[in-house]
Amino acid sequence: MAESADKRPNPILQLTLMRLREIGREPGVLFWAFGFPVVMSLALGIAFRARGPEPVVVGALPGISAEAHRALVDAKVTVKPMDGAAAEIELRAGRVSLLLAPPPASGQPLVFRFDPARAEARTARAAVNQILQRAAGQTEPRLVRDEEVHEPGSRYIDFLIPGLIAMNLMSGSMWGVAWVIVQMRVRKLLKRMLAAPMRRHHLMYAFGLARLVIIPLELIVILLFARLAFSVQVTGSYLALLAVSFAGSACFASMAIAVASRAENTETVSGLMNLITMPMFITSGVFFASSNFPESIQPVIRILPLTAMCDGLRAVMIDGAGLVGVLPSLLILALWGVPSFLLGLRYFRWT
Amino acid sequence: MNQQADTPAVLCRGLRKVYDGKHGLFRKPSPAVVAVDGLDLRIERGECFGLLGPNGSGKTTTVEMLEGLLAPTAGEIELLGLRWQRDEEKLRERVGVALQETHLPEKLMVEELLTLFRSFYRKPRPLAHLLAEVELGEKQRAWVGKLSGGQRQRLAIACALVGEPEVLFLDEPTTGLDPQSRRQVWGLVAAYRARGGTVVLTTHYMEEAERLCDRVAVVDHGKLVRVGTPAELIAALPGDHVIELEIEKTTLGRVDIEELRGLLSVTEVHVSAEGAWSLSVREPEHAVAAVLALVERKGCTLARLGTRKASLEDVFVALTGRHLRDG
Repeated sequence: MAESADKRPNPILQLTLMRLREIGREPGVLFWAFGFPVVMSLALGIAFRARGPEPVVVGALPGISAEAHRALVDAKVTVKPMDGAAAEIELRAGRVSLLLAPPPASGQPLVFRFDPARAEARTARAAVNQILQRAAGQTEPRLVRDEEVHEPGSRYIDFLIPGLIAMNLMSGSMWGVAWVIVQMRVRKLLKRMLAAPMRRHHLMYAFGLARLVIIPLELIVILLFARLAFSVQVTGSYLALLAVSFAGSACFASMAIAVASRAENTETVSGLMNLITMPMFITSGVFFASSNFPESIQPVIRILPLTAMCDGLRAVMIDGAGLVGVLPSLLILALWGVPSFLLGLRYFRWT
Repeated sequence: MNQQADTPAVLCRGLRKVYDGKHGLFRKPSPAVVAVDGLDLRIERGECFGLLGPNGSGKTTTVEMLEGLLAPTAGEIELLGLRWQRDEEKLRERVGVALQETHLPEKLMVEELLTLFRSFYRKPRPLAHLLAEVELGEKQRAWVGKLSGGQRQRLAIACALVGEPEVLFLDEPTTGLDPQSRRQVWGLVAAYRARGGTVVLTTHYMEEAERLCDRVAVVDHGKLVRVGTPAELIAALPGDHVIELEIEKTTLGRVDIEELRGLLSVTEVHVSAEGAWSLSVREPEHAVAAVLALVERKGCTLARLGTRKASLEDVFVALTGRHLRDG
């Protein structure tokens, strides 16, 4: 050991160690890398966990017949008697989904008052209607049987975990590279290293290598947690999962180099990063399917790097895809990453 | 040492740096600034050369151009007979740099940081030698962020000494340090010079320049005002002694500057404050007598009277009309 201490250390290894040590010795960084995705998946997993059907709550105005009232209560519908003015307020506030009003004159129909834009109001109307029709003697012309699905792979949490992994790798790669580079520039550390015979590309390799070490750790933590807490499975190949994760991280790290190439202070770089990442958080389908957005912007959403990463990870984890199945995602990530990297290096400001 | 051993350590001609004015949608347009305005320097090997000037005089811009970290607008630079544009790779191995301000990574240990810098050089000095030289052996496993200002500065100098450079640039190496730490840094510079190294440093402490430098260049507004050994520069003053004179506020206005100028052996008078002057004199014993006689004749009360040998500070005031620490 004493003998080797005088030999020249390897610069790429030393630069990588510098990054890893700075990450490992900074509690805040550790939380954002490992704790945050776990907390997010726990919170969202609980919020959207599988539940029985929502109870139906309806308001009954004076004059509703006792038979109707009993039929509804027997079918486990909550019926709250209320009078006109209060009823309208309750309906508007969503505390009741539907108002039952007696027929204005004998011989006229019973009235359902509800807001058809509310999903639970439409559900309540259908349920209440069916109960009242049956009570009035209607029979079903065709028999059906309900089958409820709670299989792993088709729940919200199965959709969410790949999205969270993609989001976390994006944030880690972008902030972990762009922010750190700008801080090194502000603190004149880049200049100081350049004043030593450091090869510029060695520093870039080191940033990449440090991420290569961190990514599998991040994956293990969140996948293990998702498996233990929610039985989330990876149905496809782990190789494909790693390929998408590495390609995505490399792509976002390259974009980070481009973003950080000229920025002279951390305020500028945070602004730019939010500008780039926020629209993707919203549109790329991290938390809900991006198909909710209008058809006209779908082509744009589909070629965003975060969309590609989410799609790739979901293909592996949910649909059981292998390497071939994620090729389109890898291609999109490369198309964003390579030009960003070249541009970033071309305009990089060291001092 | 090699075939270029006869070339000077540093040579620059017509060095100039103009910072472009900035224009932008959201900022006030600022005019172009001439930071360095036609500098010629020749620094021999083994010399300790000081650039002396107040803040904003262009010292840092000058050394950063010499260090190859800033591209000159015009002019030529040669270090050890080599040029940055052509021979950067070779020069980086042979030149050591401590910037005016570097926030070294706080979460690294001293030995980790030095190992990092050792990895950049083909033939780095052994870690133990470096630690011993800058007296940080006990702090080997301490985080950089936990070091005192003086320890941090010695670490920064150790980083510059990793490759055993032939030329060492130190930009304000002791600014903000306490006297004890300052002396430790001076000791490092002396030890490095004893091994034959060339030092180029900037400072606004005249004591530091007088103590360390074989020659100094007085720089002001990006121009070289005078170059010479500290002794030469002081000797070139109109008087090599200074009388500091101050009279009581109640007797202000009874003595004017012209009367002081006319006294025996006084060569120059500067107003240092209201009712206070500093007089350059050739023969202090005659001048003091003349000053006292004048003060008595005018009925003034002396608040302070002192004489001292002229220093680089006086050189600076005489050459630029400003004090070194003035902004």
